[in-house]
Amino acid sequence: MTVGLVIVSHSAKLAEGVAELAGQMAPDVAVRAAGGANGGLGTDFEAVTAAIEAAQSGAGVVVLFDLGSAQMVADMAAESVDGDVRVVDAPLVEGAVAAAVAAQGGGDVSAVAAAAEGGSPEPVAAEDTTTIEVVLTNEIGLHARPAATLARELTGVDATVTVRFGAASADARSVLGLLGLGARGGDTVSVSASGPAAQEALDRVRALAERNFDE
Amino acid sequence: MGCTASDVVAAIKAVADVVAEHKVELTQLDRAIGDADHGENLNRGFTAVLAALDGATPETPSAVLKTVATTLISKVGGAAGPLYGTAFLRAATATAKSDELDAAAVVAALTAALEGVVARGKAEPGDKTMVDALEPAVRASSAAADDGGDVAAVLRAAADAAASGAEATIPLVARKGRASYLGERSAGHLDPGARSSSLLLRALADVAAR
Ligand SMILES: [Mg+2]
Repeated sequence: MTVGLVIVSHSAKLAEGVAELAGQMAPDVAVRAAGGANGGLGTDFEAVTAAIEAAQSGAGVVVLFDLGSAQMVADMAAESVDGDVRVVDAPLVEGAVAAAVAAQGGGDVSAVAAAAEGGSPEPVAAEDTTTIEVVLTNEIGLHARPAATLARELTGVDATVTVRFGAASADARSVLGLLGLGARGGDTVSVSASGPAAQEALDRVRALAERNFDE
Repeated sequence: MGCTASDVVAAIKAVADVVAEHKVELTQLDRAIGDADHGENLNRGFTAVLAALDGATPETPSAVLKTVATTLISKVGGAAGPLYGTAFLRAATATAKSDELDAAAVVAALTAALEGVVARGKAEPGDKTMVDALEPAVRASSAAADDGGDVAAVLRAAADAAASGAEATIPLVARKGRASYLGERSAGHLDPGARSSSLLLRALADVAAR
């Protein structure tokens, strides 16, 4: 039972496309699209309500929206149904991918909402940290799919993992944070881990990079 | 003398007529600074409201307002559905205990409607939205009631203030809604939401004056 996702857009095609992209990262997550109204552009309260109900397994639903009135419709729909439903103000595409990965990893509704918003679930600890250098040998570097794969790879590993590239750093479980680093193929990033499973985390990251992020 | 449920139904039917008459105008205003659907959306909503009220008249003014609210929410896309839906829903809640609406109840309904719109849309006066029509309307209606005005006087004051408030949106730069993406280019246009709010209140005032 995972947290469900609903993508609300003025455009049916956009909602379906984002749901498709997010769903690719999260085979076990119910990702529903609610786009368009009356056969054209718009947002439809009844369609959004139905999508939320379809995505609700009992674990909660996180709703992402594109523009303005989509938020109002999403808010009203969320208020009209039972269960824990969070409407998050997040970048639609990256937020949906990040939320899907977090839901696939078993995150609760708060963690999935935070992932969509680009938040890191726990603070980065400084002490007892081990650091390795990792060369990105895949062509696109830490782009959306590899970033999501990396975040998923660390699911359930009890360690705080930070990726640094130049002056920037990101939580390795934050897809948005990883994308923000802008690390491309051929770049070298440093990966630091602390916590009980720090070594396992680093081993997994190194192995994943060596497999070209399973691309 | 207060407004009964059937008076409120008559008022809502007048609103629906006015929305239908001004459908093209509202959509043209929305074409200039938005997504060209405001008139169509509101007209679809109030057509559905008429159908919902056609079967049976709800027993209280509050129940009529609630029917309007739920119909608008489910039938009107865009911002107008959630905003007007919330406005009518809050008005219904504010009048839940009244079998007839007197001037004070009308002011309470308008006040609650404005609060609902602000809570839903997060707009403030000066953002070039329907709040710019509704906020002065609520103040004027309250003043009219304080002066001993009846329902007709209260609604006339609200409609007059809303009309001025809507006109005053013309030079404003939009800070909410689709028009806000236009920035400075949104100045020089009447806000469609403020215009429709002003039309709704005028329709209510005209019915009350009869
Ligand atoms: Mg519009």
